[in-house]
Amino acid sequence: MNRYFAGAASALALTGWLASTALAGTIVINADTSDPAPKQAIEEVIEGFKEAHPDVEVELNIFDHEGYKTSIRNFLTADAPDIALWYAGNRMAPYVDAGLFEDVSDVWADNGLDETLKSAAASMTMDGKKWGVPYTYYQWGIYYRKDIFAELGIEPPKTWDEFLAACATIKEAGKSPIAIGTKALWPTGGWFDYLNLRVNGYEFHMELTGGEVPYTDDRVKAVFERWAELVEPGYFVENHAALDWQDALPLLVQGEAAMYLIGNFAVAPLREAGLTDDQLGFMQFPEITPGIPMAEDAPTDTMHIPANAKNKEDAKKFLAYLAQADVQSKINATLGQLPVNNQSEVPEDAFLGAGFDMLSNAYALAQFYDRDAVAEMAKAGMEGFQEFMVKPDRADAILERLEKIRARAYR
Amino acid sequence: MATSVAVGDSSQVKKSWWKANQRKLAPWLFLAPGVLMFLVYVILPIFESMWISFYDWDGIGEATWIGTENYVELFDDDAFYTSLKNNVIWLVLYMLAVPAGLLIAIFLNQNVIGIRIYKSLFFFPFVISQVVVGLIFAWFYAPNFGLLTQILAWLGLGNIAILADERFVTYGIIAAGLWPQIAYCMILYLTGLNNVSPDQIEAARLDGAKGFRMLWHVIIPQLRPATFIAVVVTIIGALRSFDLVSIMTDGGPYGSSRVLSFYMYEQALSEYGFRMGYGAAIAVILFLIMMVFISSFIWKMVNDERGGR
Repeated sequence: MNRYFAGAASALALTGWLASTALAGTIVINADTSDPAPKQAIEEVIEGFKEAHPDVEVELNIFDHEGYKTSIRNFLTADAPDIALWYAGNRMAPYVDAGLFEDVSDVWADNGLDETLKSAAASMTMDGKKWGVPYTYYQWGIYYRKDIFAELGIEPPKTWDEFLAACATIKEAGKSPIAIGTKALWPTGGWFDYLNLRVNGYEFHMELTGGEVPYTDDRVKAVFERWAELVEPGYFVENHAALDWQDALPLLVQGEAAMYLIGNFAVAPLREAGLTDDQLGFMQFPEITPGIPMAEDAPTDTMHIPANAKNKEDAKKFLAYLAQADVQSKINATLGQLPVNNQSEVPEDAFLGAGFDMLSNAYALAQFYDRDAVAEMAKAGMEGFQEFMVKPDRADAILERLEKIRARAYR
Repeated sequence: MATSVAVGDSSQVKKSWWKANQRKLAPWLFLAPGVLMFLVYVILPIFESMWISFYDWDGIGEATWIGTENYVELFDDDAFYTSLKNNVIWLVLYMLAVPAGLLIAIFLNQNVIGIRIYKSLFFFPFVISQVVVGLIFAWFYAPNFGLLTQILAWLGLGNIAILADERFVTYGIIAAGLWPQIAYCMILYLTGLNNVSPDQIEAARLDGAKGFRMLWHVIIPQLRPATFIAVVVTIIGALRSFDLVSIMTDGGPYGSSRVLSFYMYEQALSEYGFRMGYGAAIAVILFLIMMVFISSFIWKMVNDERGGR
């Protein structure tokens, strides 16, 4: 126990030192953009901001992407930066509830963001106030091997029956129909989200992740029955619990698996590994219950002003700049993702184009299971999904356990 | 005049008090920095953890007093029992490091050319970091391309992913942990073997003892101090087994390789963990389990010192 407290203490000391080196007229940004493209994107934004506001200095602290998720609570409480990167939806709730994020409704009102960032307004609102500015989002969907589909004579499935038939054909050909790596748990959340959105629809999904419906509800059981139709015949790759999401990519590249339900961030590594746009295709998750309007997962990344920030005035200038249409066009061209501002240009890319069309016509957008559900529920839920994908016969026991956790987590 | 005498007297009294008590005070003065550190970084946090365990607290916001509710919940929590069971498996199997270390030490306790190289090769796993040990074993177990998987496939046992199978995962991690732990026990025994008295071995040999009887009745009793340290270190190593679990599986698949220390971290401090109070309650339970061992060790040490063996 002591070891961890000591670790946290030294992290506090470090962030304290970083923040105290800032001068007046300086804003400090803490970011989790440790990967090459996101790092370049934020550096470009800062360059642009300095040109527009030459009187403000910007200091950027880049954290490791995974480590950031645990260090954020240290620096928000101890010695806060002026801008912190985070995520929309319930993922920001612990910090909003604890009073660690600043209300930025005035930035929204002064810059007409309710109009330009309309699609993400709901996921940035808690207690009727806005708590940050979204700058990028991306679609989830099924990425598949066009050449394998053509070889086996499969058309991209539009309905659940077609989807099951496609899986059976691929399985018969000696390949795994669906690639997935569940070691880090969250990829299972994508499957649950889509099955629930397609079986029960967006409203029910939001009620469930909002903690208003028990997990033992028959409608949740129906989701697991559909899911079992994929798990029981072995349509997911073997040993997925030992794989990270990146470990499942080579299976798709080598043609051992044919489909992968994942976010658009998978396209860049797949292209790097040698797949051309003739081989890689994108399709919307098929319809399950006919007539239910199609909602999609589209996680949004955001920037916030910590309540303990020293230079809130300039930080608000930065958020206003970040919300501009041209800035969002540029940042997303570098990121290879979609701008939230509806005046921005969508980068020219086959997959982003397809994603943009899909999301523009979507009935509604969900964030993602671990951003829509509260932290404790998200962790237990995704663990349950993983267990189900290995031991589908335990569905009832898993759902009862999740219900026990729901009853407490949403108290 | 009288007053000045009095002043002189009192200063003399003061000086003599310091002089008189110097020997008594000096050890405490030397101990003070260490005692202070121990109080601030060990004793206080223990009581603070106990205190926090009675609260519902997310670590950043307001804490609410909920009495023993965290403990009530803990005793009705499947994940807690999984962790506890794994902790017991860790404790039992980790003890294998003691006899295994002894065997290797006896095997290496001979004079042949290059024995130093062999000894250092056996000691090598203890030198590398636990994180590296975890990574090496994770690759060793990896499905599809891992060495173990290849061997199993060659033997016709199919493709088993040790770290993704709830039946094998804890044993797989323990095996990784045993590798450096055996090396540690071996070193303890190697130094112990240097101190085994040759006279007694000679005498035993004259009396016709050899092989296992020699080992059991003559060598091992003389290795008692080394055995004591090896057992203590191994038990503590088993109970604080956090790093390997975190590196190799992150507690998975679906939490089946959790141990108490990892579960505590997960609940209180990890990516989705915002339950300081609950985490503290787990820490208190782990502390109580450790106290059983620690106090029996201390009791034994005090006894040994009094008895003067």
